[in-house]
Order: sequence, then structure tokens, then C-alpha cells
Amino acid sequence: MSAQAKFNIFVVIALLFVALSSVFFVDQRERVLLLRLGQIERSDYQPGIHFKIPFFDEIRRFDGRVLSLDSTPAGYLTGEKKNLLVDSFILWRISNVADYFTAMSGDENKARDRLSQIIKDNLRGEFGKRTIQEVVSGDRAAMVADIIKSANNSVADFGIEVVNVRIKRIDLPTEVSSSVYTRMEAERERVAKELRSQGAEEAEKIRSDADRQRTILLAEAKRAAEVLRGEGDAQATDIYAKAYGQNSDFYSFYRRLTAYSNVFNGDDMLVIEPKGDFFNRFGSAKD
Amino acid sequence: MAWNEPGKDDKDPWGGRNNDNPPDLDEVIRNMQRKLGGLFGGNGQSSNQEPSSTGGFLGFGLIALILFIVWLLSGIYIVEPAQRGVLLQFGAYKQTTLPGPHWHIPYPFEHVEIVDVDQISSTEIGYRSSGGRTDSTIHSESLMLTKDENIVDLKIAVQYKIKDASQYLFNVRNPDLTLRQMTESSVRETVGNSKMDFVLTEGRTQIASEIQQLLQSLLDTHETGLIVTGVNLQDVQPPDQVQAAFADVVKAREDLERQKNEAEAYANDIVPRARGASFRLVQEAEAYKGQIIAKAEGETSRFLQVMKEYEKAPAITKERLYIDTMESVYSQSQKVLVDVSKDSNNVLYLPLDRMRGSQTVAPTRIDLSNYPTTGSTPSSSPSVRDDARSRGGR
Repeated sequence: MSAQAKFNIFVVIALLFVALSSVFFVDQRERVLLLRLGQIERSDYQPGIHFKIPFFDEIRRFDGRVLSLDSTPAGYLTGEKKNLLVDSFILWRISNVADYFTAMSGDENKARDRLSQIIKDNLRGEFGKRTIQEVVSGDRAAMVADIIKSANNSVADFGIEVVNVRIKRIDLPTEVSSSVYTRMEAERERVAKELRSQGAEEAEKIRSDADRQRTILLAEAKRAAEVLRGEGDAQATDIYAKAYGQNSDFYSFYRRLTAYSNVFNGDDMLVIEPKGDFFNRFGSAKD
Repeated sequence: MAWNEPGKDDKDPWGGRNNDNPPDLDEVIRNMQRKLGGLFGGNGQSSNQEPSSTGGFLGFGLIALILFIVWLLSGIYIVEPAQRGVLLQFGAYKQTTLPGPHWHIPYPFEHVEIVDVDQISSTEIGYRSSGGRTDSTIHSESLMLTKDENIVDLKIAVQYKIKDASQYLFNVRNPDLTLRQMTESSVRETVGNSKMDFVLTEGRTQIASEIQQLLQSLLDTHETGLIVTGVNLQDVQPPDQVQAAFADVVKAREDLERQKNEAEAYANDIVPRARGASFRLVQEAEAYKGQIIAKAEGETSRFLQVMKEYEKAPAITKERLYIDTMESVYSQSQKVLVDVSKDSNNVLYLPLDRMRGSQTVAPTRIDLSNYPTTGSTPSSSPSVRDDARSRGGR
């Protein structure tokens, strides 16, 4: 291979190299900072192909997506001086690459540390204003909105934007949880007792209602029965009176005779003086 | 072209003719242009222009052509049915391609990232399952505060898939981890806004759907490109420490039902019986009424009929009735006739018990003065005396 050929190859390769190093791609996910001799030159690149001056310009790439930061659980005092263990996570993104590069020298870990410190301070402030009740079930969105707002004020200079802060876990410290358990147990006990006595109450109600129904049923039946008997007696009396009234003399005679034959039967022993109508021909025929 | 003259095959084709002269930059560039023209314009053209082109040029051109074709072919990609292809041009998002075969301008101009969109992923809060079993409970995740400051133990699984492949790729750094954190946060926020009893009992489905809504709105706000397809409350329980107390409440609730049922059984037992008994009372009274009326009617009917006949011949009928009755009375009874009118002071001894033989009832002594002996002896029973007198009068 001749020197000329070698030179030609060298030229081609050099040209290729220059061409390649003057072109760079910006990925959809990235934000890119162009440094010219160490100075920030440009930071507003859209994704796609871009050009730079080889050797003078330097590219720094940063993640342009939303990043999530899971902060370590920390204790916070609430308004009523109760300690809560709170676990939260932060969604953030690099909003201004130039500021971010200047303030954090492009170090994400450094940014995370600062961010979680700032969020912690804000959470502490917000928790201190609220009771447990408000923290657990209150308007989390409003509380978080406050935190995001003030956090964004603090981190604006770092080229960072806090997108969202979400509280994951709010736990009571162990000694408080055990007293919560005790309270829950007592509360359940109360419910159980209430249920049992409600059962007794219901049962007693049902039983007494049944007893009442029984008593009333029987009493009403007795009343109806007495009414019926009375009616019967009255009608019978009426019938007797009407019939016997037609000839009361004969009735008393006839009734007596019926009574005699009903009263005396074969078992009776009669000790009789032979007198009276029946016997007036008995013994001697006087007439 | 002179650079591939025959006999100079072993020489470098780039500068064979210019060995002795300084390189002419113009010519080099021209050569390169020709070469590139040969490459891109097709082999046939250069062959036609230069029939004398040798195998060296052909070899180089062929290799270049093959490389070029291979390079072009490397742009072919296939998106499978459950996938989407996300096409990036110089790193910028260009389009999302649907399933099927596609071609893109090969690297480095464009490239494709394939995303599985229909594949359902799942994340679990409060437990980790392995092989379909709920294996290990993670208390730090599963225990959470309710609105009334109680603690519940809640295990939940969230199924999700990718809704928008480009959002999924470009907006959030780790969408799956972020979804997990958002789930945890949504679950706790939802439970924190509900009362314990509601969470443990009737509110389960509502809680799940609230969690899903909240989570989806979070995912959408941050354009994660994920969609929640299902939220399953695997298990909602009171914490282990208070399970016994909760179980006792369940028992108490059943006791309540049992007590009610027992009482109802009692009521169902006695009320119908009472109804029956009262029906019987009324029926008995009805029977009495019917009986006594019938009896009255019967007796009076008999009396009236006899009376009718009696009135036709009162004296003789009266006499006959009296004698008939006395006859039947005396004939059916045992009797002792005692004529005491002559010496009424005598005490008569009648061995009644012996006379009656086997009779069990044995009056030992009869005060004869009290027995109906017409008007001679004062009687303690005026009715008897009246009877005797009225009878005697006839």
C-alpha cells in the first residue's frame, strides 16, 4: 500500500470522524445540555438530530422523564404532639437542565438528597399543623398541593420541578398501635355484648308478644264462649218459660213426676209409710 | 476508469495511477463520487460504461451492494399481535406501529422499540404470592389506618397493562415501580377515608373501585401510559392482634340470630296452640248452646204434647200419670213399708245393711221422722212437705 493510499484512507476516516462528532441525537427521553469549552451554550434541544462543533462542544445528557424518589420512612409530630411514621414518594423531573447542571453538577444522587430533605421539611411543617385525624382522612390533595407549591419554590433554583408528592404510609408508632389494638378490642367487646343483649331483647320481645297473643286469644275465646252459653241459656229459658207458662199447674205436676222417676232408681231403698194418693186403697178398702 | 487497470490487481485501486504524482484532491473526490455513483447507481450501469471493468471492481461493488442490502434488510421488523412498535427517528418519537411486518430506515437513522401492550402485569400490596398462593404477608404494607383510627390488614392485587406504548416509554422513568408506589398511596388514601366497619364488611367492592379510580387518575395525570384493568381485594381483615375479638363479634351476631330464632320457635309453638284452644272453647260453648236449646226444645215439646192430651181429660190423665210414675218408681226401688201412725214413739230398727245384701252403700240409721210421712211430722225440708201436701190434695 502506497503512502498516497494511506493518506487517502486517513483523510476519509478523519472526515468521517469529524462528520460523526459534529452530529448528535437527542432521544425522546433525554434532555441535553451543550457545553462549549465548559460553558453552557444551549439547553433547549428537541428530540432528533442536532449538530455541534467537534472538539469544542460537549454534550451532557439528562433524563427528561418523570423520576420517582421513594423517601425513607421518617417520624413526624402531628399537631397534638403524636408521633407518626410517614412513608412518601416524590415524583420530580429536571425542568431546567442548565440550572440543574449548575446547582447539582448533574449528579442525580445529590439532587435526590436535596429533594428529600426539602420535602421532609415541608411534610414536617404540614403535619405539625394537623391532627392525626386530619392527616389520615383529611384532604390529602390540599395538603400535598401546599407541599408541592412550597417545595417548588425551594427547588426552582436547582432546575428541578416537583411533580407530585404522595403519602404512602402513615403508621402509628408501636406503643400507640398496641393501645389502638386494645381500644379496638374493647370496642369489639362492646359490640359483641350489645349484639348479645340485643338478641336477648329481641327474643324476649318475641316471647312476650307470643304470650300476649296467647292470653288474649284465650280470653277472647272465653268471652265468646260465655256469650254463647248465655245466649243458649237465655233461649232455653225462654223456650221453657213459653212452653211451661201455658199451663203452670200441669207443669209443676208433670215436672215433679219426671223428677221422681229420675231421682229414684233401683239402688235406692225406700222406707215408706203407706199413705198418700198412691196408697189410699192400700191395706183396706174404706170407701 | 483507470484505477482498476488489468495487471494492477495487486495494487491499491485507490491511487494506482498516481504513484509518482502528488495526489490531486479533485481527482480523489471525483473518484469517490464515481465510486459512490457506482455503488448507488447500480452495478449494471458501470458495467455497461466500462465493459473492461475487472473482477476487483465487481468484487468490491458486490460486497458493498450486499452490505447495503443487508443494511436495508436490517430495517425490517415484525410487531406481534400483543405488541406495538415505537419508531424513533434520530431519537425523536415518530410513530407507533401496529402489529404486522414493518420496515424502518435502518440504524442509525431510525430505530424501533417493541412494547408488549396486552400483557397483563400485576403488582401486590401487603403480600407476595408465589405459585398462585398467598404466601407471605408483609405487615408494613398491609396494615393501614382507617378514618376512625383503627387498623386493618388489607391485601390487594392490581392488574394493569400498557395503554399507550409511547407514553409508557417516554414519560416516566420506571412506570412499573411508580405504579406500585401510586397503588400503595391510593390504597392508603382510600382506606384512610373509610371507616373500619365499612372496609371490613359491605364496602369491599366500593373500596376496590375507589382505589381503581384514584390510581387510574394518578396514572393518567402523570401520563404513565398504564391502565389498571383490575383491583382485587385479596383479603381484608382486622389485624392479627384483635382477630379473636372480631371473631367474637361474629359469634355474637350469630347468637343474636339464634336467640331470635329460638324465641320465634317458641312463639310459633304457643300461638297456634292458643288459637286452637280458643277455637275449642268457642266450639264447646257453641255445643253447649246448641245442646241446651235442643234440650229445652225437646223437653218442652214433650211437655206440650202431653199437656195437649192432658187438657182433653185433665182429671183422669193426672191420675194416670201419677200412678204410672209411682208405679215405675216403686217397682224399680227396694222398699220397706212401715205403718208408724199408730205408735209413733216406737223406735223401729231396720237392718238396712243386711236387707240390701250386696249393696255397698249402707245407711245404718234412718231418722224416720224426717222421711216424707205426710203432714204428721214437721219436716226440715219444706219442699218435700209441699210435695206431699200437693200430692195429697189430689
